[in-house]
Amino acid sequence: MPSDTVTKRATPPSPSRTTASASGMASWWVVALGWLFPGMGYFVNRKWVRGALVLVSVAGMFGLGLALKGQIYGFNTGDVLDILGWVGDICAGALYFLTRALGAGAGNPFTVMGDYGTKFLIAAGLLNLLAAADARDVYLGKKK
Amino acid sequence: MFSLFASIVFGITLREEVGEQVRYGLVAFAWFVGGTIAGGWLLFLLNRH
Repeated sequence: MPSDTVTKRATPPSPSRTTASASGMASWWVVALGWLFPGMGYFVNRKWVRGALVLVSVAGMFGLGLALKGQIYGFNTGDVLDILGWVGDICAGALYFLTRALGAGAGNPFTVMGDYGTKFLIAAGLLNLLAAADARDVYLGKKK
Repeated sequence: MFSLFASIVFGITLREEVGEQVRYGLVAFAWFVGGTIAGGWLLFLLNRH
């Protein structure tokens, strides 16, 4: 019996398990791509229409938010709502970083439209995150 | 525009089949717009009293 134990220990992990693990890791790359570039998660899965619709929706909402003079939150450790605002904004991925790099998104908190714009920017980020997570499900075959 | 964009993404992410996605997107859009109009009327009526 001891020889059986030795044989079992020496057996390498089964190929299916290794493949599943690799696939699991790759699926997080799909999420990262989908987060960084809106719609890219679906493009990786060759879901061109879905990707295009998500790209137009997220970029459109983000652009509207900027046009309404919404405010982009920077990283902060102050008020809880400000922190959550930053979390929502950064979910828009490259759109967030590009806007920050260009110095846009200063916002105008003294107008109602500016406040709406701020909410548009956050909503765009959250929709993007939802789409990125869904693209992972498509990649893993949990969804068509 | 908010309703439109949000409905599109909700439809894509929350349903499997294309037909279901379109249907869900349309229903979500109707709820967004209907809810906004209903909320507007509610606030208007509350403001009057």
